[in-house]
Amino acid sequence: MSDRGEQLQADVAAALAAEQPLRIAGSGSKAFLGEAGTGGKPLAMTVHSGIVNYQPSELIVTVRAGTRLAELQDTLAREGQMLGFEPPHFGASATIGGTIAAGLSGPARPYAGAARDFVLGCRLINGRAQVLRFGGEVMKNVAGYDLSRLMVGAWGTLGVLLDVSLKVLPLPRAQTTLVRPCSAAEAITLFNRWAGKPHPISATWWEDGHAYVRLAGAQPAIAAARAALGGDPLEDDADFWAGVREQRRAFFAGDAPLWRLALAPATPPLALAGARAIDWGGAQRWLRSEADAHAIRAAVAAVGGHASVYRGQATPRFHPLPAGLLTLHRRLKQSLDPAGLFNRGRLYPDL
Amino acid sequence: MTQPQSDHSTPDSNKQALVAQFKAILPAEAVLHHEEDLKPFECDGLSAFRQVPLIAVLPDTIEQVQEIMRICHGANVPVVARGAGTGLSGGALPLAAGVLLSLSKFKHILDIDVANRRATVQPGVRNLAISEAVAEHGLYYAPDPSSQIACSIGGNVAENSGGLHCLKYGLTVHNIVQVEIVTVDGERLTIGSSGLDAPGYDLLALMTGSEGLLGVIVEVVVKLLPTPDLARVVLAAFDDVSAAGDAVAAIISTGIIPAGLEMLDNAAIRATEDFVRAGYPTDAAAILLCEVDGTTDEVEDDLAIVVDVMERGGANEVRVSRDEDERALFWAGRRAAFPAMGRISPDYYCMDGTIPRHALAEVLQGIYALSEHYGLRVANVFHAGDGNLHPLILYDANIEGEWERTEAFGGAICQLCLEHGGTITGEHGVGVEKIDQMCVQFPPDELTQFHAVKAAFDPPGLLNPGKAVPTLHRCAEFGAMHVHDGKLPFPHLERF
Repeated sequence: MSDRGEQLQADVAAALAAEQPLRIAGSGSKAFLGEAGTGGKPLAMTVHSGIVNYQPSELIVTVRAGTRLAELQDTLAREGQMLGFEPPHFGASATIGGTIAAGLSGPARPYAGAARDFVLGCRLINGRAQVLRFGGEVMKNVAGYDLSRLMVGAWGTLGVLLDVSLKVLPLPRAQTTLVRPCSAAEAITLFNRWAGKPHPISATWWEDGHAYVRLAGAQPAIAAARAALGGDPLEDDADFWAGVREQRRAFFAGDAPLWRLALAPATPPLALAGARAIDWGGAQRWLRSEADAHAIRAAVAAVGGHASVYRGQATPRFHPLPAGLLTLHRRLKQSLDPAGLFNRGRLYPDL
Repeated sequence: MTQPQSDHSTPDSNKQALVAQFKAILPAEAVLHHEEDLKPFECDGLSAFRQVPLIAVLPDTIEQVQEIMRICHGANVPVVARGAGTGLSGGALPLAAGVLLSLSKFKHILDIDVANRRATVQPGVRNLAISEAVAEHGLYYAPDPSSQIACSIGGNVAENSGGLHCLKYGLTVHNIVQVEIVTVDGERLTIGSSGLDAPGYDLLALMTGSEGLLGVIVEVVVKLLPTPDLARVVLAAFDDVSAAGDAVAAIISTGIIPAGLEMLDNAAIRATEDFVRAGYPTDAAAILLCEVDGTTDEVEDDLAIVVDVMERGGANEVRVSRDEDERALFWAGRRAAFPAMGRISPDYYCMDGTIPRHALAEVLQGIYALSEHYGLRVANVFHAGDGNLHPLILYDANIEGEWERTEAFGGAICQLCLEHGGTITGEHGVGVEKIDQMCVQFPPDELTQFHAVKAAFDPPGLLNPGKAVPTLHRCAEFGAMHVHDGKLPFPHLERF
């Protein structure tokens, strides 16, 4: 629980002077994701931790990047609140900084929003060793470019996140999960038909011939949706959704390459070999497939989506960028980190 | 403040050459270059600032926009893109030596994808037209700025527009999935994807609210939401502004996220009541309008909680809309608040700052004190649930010196918002209007970083130059005038 911002700034300044690339290090829980990067001197972030400001009636929390995600979530839960984007931890000591840098969101994402949707502001160290503050602790803010949200999913390549201000949500008053047998194609149709109605849906999943839907909100709204949607109640549903979020379900076990496909939610099942699971109402699909990376990416790109590899050998890990966008990425990286200090090669090999 | 001027200058011979180049790719009537034809483009919704552009072009295909950008890039001529021109911060104010790129002909809804709950629209499509077009499917587009009958979606993306319902449903940035842009050198790029995210940096978030400085938005894919079964509004009257402010925080603390939570103070209540007769209690110091939506039973439960909080918070009158007609009536006053001001004052100036909710009462009292100090009336009608203030300063532009006092009053309100941990603009953008206040909100290092980001997208600096982010030189001049020796302006004024 301490503010190491000044020390971190001094470390970046020293690295800048010495032209020493840095590898921003949280707990390492997401080391398996993205590119390995080309290394660099570790910049330890977990010492820079603690909640800076939390006012439940403002629905806002400001937290230092090295704070453990679990600790933050416990603090929020004590006030009946939560992170709306239900982030995966992928490890007990996951930090909020790593969570934001990786831009990962859990099962609630299509219904409540993504990590980037909840980011209101941040403080960061850029590649000139300057501490900069963008956004703030208010719900609406359009002063200046939205560099806070730009940090989400940038994998630390644009700066060192010092602290982040997040919008938080009240915990749902009630929650229940329904399950029914159906095919993948039927699940996609059902999920998207349901999402077109004002049902209090907070998560959907399909795996191995069964569709799961989580309802969250006021008790009467859940009761009405239960009657409208049908299906059987699932016992221990909190464990079930934690298993989905943390990739602990049997589907995720084993060594077969694991692909994440991001698609328009109602896209019919793609003709790709391998076991599949359907997340986010169809907008995020998981594929265990030995198929050629180019073939997978071509099939997904043909329907306007993108594919990243979570486990397996394919490179690049994230879907390749078209030339015009890649140029823009390089220029943006240059604008925030001109000396290329931070997390070289962590997002794309040549960035 | 002084109007920003571009460094660019364009002699007459160059103007004729540009007109010829544009006419080679556009029909003659889509290239305007005579003073009388350019007049309609001289200002946007912030009419205090006016400037006729050098040339206005009105393309109707993306290819034409690309050609226009290539021509301007080649000739090093700045470009200001314009949607419906309803913006309130002068973001579409033309440049004397620049081309005004009107996207008003891009007014088609290209696709409605019911299964994926999305619509692909051209940037000139009006905000409300989207919801109207998809209503038959039980869907709507959530962000609803009060100008929604007129404002266009391209401008909404450029400004990251909000509205009455963003407390629950988010801003523009939360409700779009993809945009097509044309870059400064005429390249077409797709930002976003058909999924819920895109590979690489979140350029969609960066583009949203970038005020036309990073690229020209030529197509937008918006997210559509299912229309709630039922929505009802609670109208609560308070005889004390502070009590109303505290009730806002108390409602949020219950765990309910209202679909809308708006406040009107007495000046706003009386002006709107005279105009639309929504039945607001004209003797109240403030009223809150709190909308809850959802399923029928859920709404009943939430209403009971909201009514209870309002009563315990000191409301001396609480009404709940009985049907859709009454709900519409309750909102009619709120929606008509701006035009209502136009009836009681020759001119009004709409400010836009956001503060933490707990500071509402204090900041409102501060605004009233400033109102007395400047001798200008003020009415407050705003998004209380978001802490997004819209003080309306009433003035008469024909009275010598009154606009200058109004501007100073506005600047002092921005300062007040910043002192309470807020921001100088919640949803209207910086444009030319708040350019000097940006120097107060951001230190030089942040401003320098903004300029570097701009240069990454627009190396020659031709897209809407002079807006949104001030030069350090400008800030130095402004600072010398306004924040001498680190002292705040008007040190004799009590600050609450």
